[in-house]
Amino acid sequence: MALKKEVISIFVDNQSGVLARVVSLFGRRGFNIDSLTVSATNDPSISRITIVFKGDDLSLAQIISQTEKLEVVRDIFTLEKEGSLFRELLLLKVKAGKEERTTVKEIVDIYRGKIIDLSKESMIIEITGAPEKIDGLMNMLSCYEIVEVCRTGITAIERGWQEKEKKND
Amino acid sequence: MKFTGSQIVAEILLEHGVDTVFGYPGGAALNIYDALYEYRDQIRHVLSAHEQGAAHAADGYARVTGKTGVVFATSGPGSTNLVTGIATAYMDSVPMVAITANVPSNLVGRDAFQEVYITGITLPVTKHNFFVNKIEDLPGALNDAFRIAGSGRKGPVLVDITKDVTAATIDYKSRKMPEEPKKVSGIDAEELKNIADIINKSKKPLVYLGGGVRAAGAGEELGAFLKKGDIPAAHTIMAAGVLDADDPHNSGLIGMHGTIASNRAVDNADLLLAIGTRFSDRVALNPKKFAKKATRVQIDIDKSEINKNVLVDIGMVCDAKDFFTALMPLIEKKDRSEWVGEVMELKKTTGDVKCDDAELHPSEIIGTVCDMTDKETVYVTDVGQHQMWAAQYLKHDKTCCFLTSGGLGTMGFGYGASIGAQVGAPGKRVIHFTGDGSFHMNLNEACTAVSQQLPIITIIMNNSVLGMVYQWQTSFYGSRFSATEPGRKTDFVKLAEGFGLKGFRASNMDEFTDAFKKALKEKGPVWIECIIGKNEKVLPMIPAGGTVEDMIIG
Repeated sequence: MALKKEVISIFVDNQSGVLARVVSLFGRRGFNIDSLTVSATNDPSISRITIVFKGDDLSLAQIISQTEKLEVVRDIFTLEKEGSLFRELLLLKVKAGKEERTTVKEIVDIYRGKIIDLSKESMIIEITGAPEKIDGLMNMLSCYEIVEVCRTGITAIERGWQEKEKKND
Repeated sequence: MKFTGSQIVAEILLEHGVDTVFGYPGGAALNIYDALYEYRDQIRHVLSAHEQGAAHAADGYARVTGKTGVVFATSGPGSTNLVTGIATAYMDSVPMVAITANVPSNLVGRDAFQEVYITGITLPVTKHNFFVNKIEDLPGALNDAFRIAGSGRKGPVLVDITKDVTAATIDYKSRKMPEEPKKVSGIDAEELKNIADIINKSKKPLVYLGGGVRAAGAGEELGAFLKKGDIPAAHTIMAAGVLDADDPHNSGLIGMHGTIASNRAVDNADLLLAIGTRFSDRVALNPKKFAKKATRVQIDIDKSEINKNVLVDIGMVCDAKDFFTALMPLIEKKDRSEWVGEVMELKKTTGDVKCDDAELHPSEIIGTVCDMTDKETVYVTDVGQHQMWAAQYLKHDKTCCFLTSGGLGTMGFGYGASIGAQVGAPGKRVIHFTGDGSFHMNLNEACTAVSQQLPIITIIMNNSVLGMVYQWQTSFYGSRFSATEPGRKTDFVKLAEGFGLKGFRASNMDEFTDAFKKALKEKGPVWIECIIGKNEKVLPMIPAGGTVEDMIIG
């Protein structure tokens, strides 16, 4: 069965130890995840976990049905690529002296990133966007000396208005 | 009215109809035990020798009574000693609430004396757990624990309470828990019709039933279904006793040490109806080739079991009893006697090869025990060869009367579970089958059986080796007996006397029958050590990963 990338949204009770419950489940069931982000929501009692998962349809069904058994899980659904927005934030420190500075800035501008820190030897770049865009920028910058990289992992949301009930389909 | 946290624990136990608990006290649990003293007229506390024994006892109690078993332990080692018992209950979906005390909140996280992060440790072996460090959270956590343990696919829940919470007071109004109406599964009528059509059309259907059928109490419905459709049924070890051993549709145990009849049937069936079972690796030894000619239909209360181990054609999330009840009117009365006959014919061939290095043989011991006990008898096993023999040769005919650690395979489960079973069913005879390996693990619980005056009969099949591993080493490791010949000199008769109970030794059938007769008359616990040969094997056997073609018969 073909491997594919899925983005899963999980709404969980906002209480201590929730992340450990979810992660422990993935660990012991052997589910492979690419990234995981947790954030607050407009409802202070609920947190949102966004997981990027790589696997076939069967393991996707397993990860969902096992996760929804957890007491702390309120809702879980996958986000379809067409109807959703995926975003990630990148902070990247690159070695850039006065010779490189202009060319690096040119690339960053093309990707609509920002330079948020500057020193004699380095620059820190900030960029938000779809993961492909961030991959693209990193690829362009790979001919420079990248010192440090920090990516948040994907956070995602569905476009438009959807009835809550329909999400589980 | 003001209550302390400890009194609230006792009150909520009473609200949930708990009148018996198992456990072991300790420093952090002092307040809770003080409340148990106060409530001693309403809640019986059974003190074990070791917390593991208490956990297995709560498990055995739950399996026999159908109620949620409750176990108490103190912080640190008290709670870690529960872990094997909790994991055993988790794997076999047994409802249990474990209540542990922890160090006072101001010491939590400081590596205090007897502090351990038990909610972290038990995370993967509980349905859910609670860490309670605020008195306001206590009633909710305890009530939720009972709700979670006893609903859906049942299982253990742990509530860890800091010592300060057990002493803190709060206004609390005790109330009788309203009986929660049993949720009826939402069955998709179209899907059910589809399944009924497939069953009606099938020439060689086979039911493959597991612990879920027993947990749902669906034995009668199953029996009626098998009769109407004239369909044979194979069972897992967790479903032993759901069907009468002599039921004309019961083809017996399935899997690694299952009957030739069941394993052939699964290979030849054109329809496999799996109910309340998870296609474990001890049954679907080779998941790719399991029931390969059959349309596979799976019914389970736990959605995540569908397609987990073996791919099925149709899966339905449903309680087994609700399923049979809804299905029955759609099933055509059929005569499938040719197919049933073909399956049952093979039941005559067993793997009972008696080795000649001893006079006593397991099948004969078990046969005699069956003949001399009534149908209400509760049989409990430990884990290993004796467990498989018990599964193969006991004439099971009662649901809830065969207690075994099926999923986790916990050696040492038996004595604790027997204690729980006997406490839960004082009017029934409890027979505990064990091996010398398993028994050595937790025989310390003999002191509990003595102090509680529980007439448990323990039958120790002593082959002086760690039999199941010894058998594998014989068959698959060129008889390189690594660490399976312990060379122990334990005198079980003297040891029994030391504990204050009666011990017998039997080397032949006459001695055994005589000892067993005497044992049946005893008021307290009894051990009977049976000397069997170390070359006695559990057969038939399909090696791990194999198919029915690889079956070793004798």
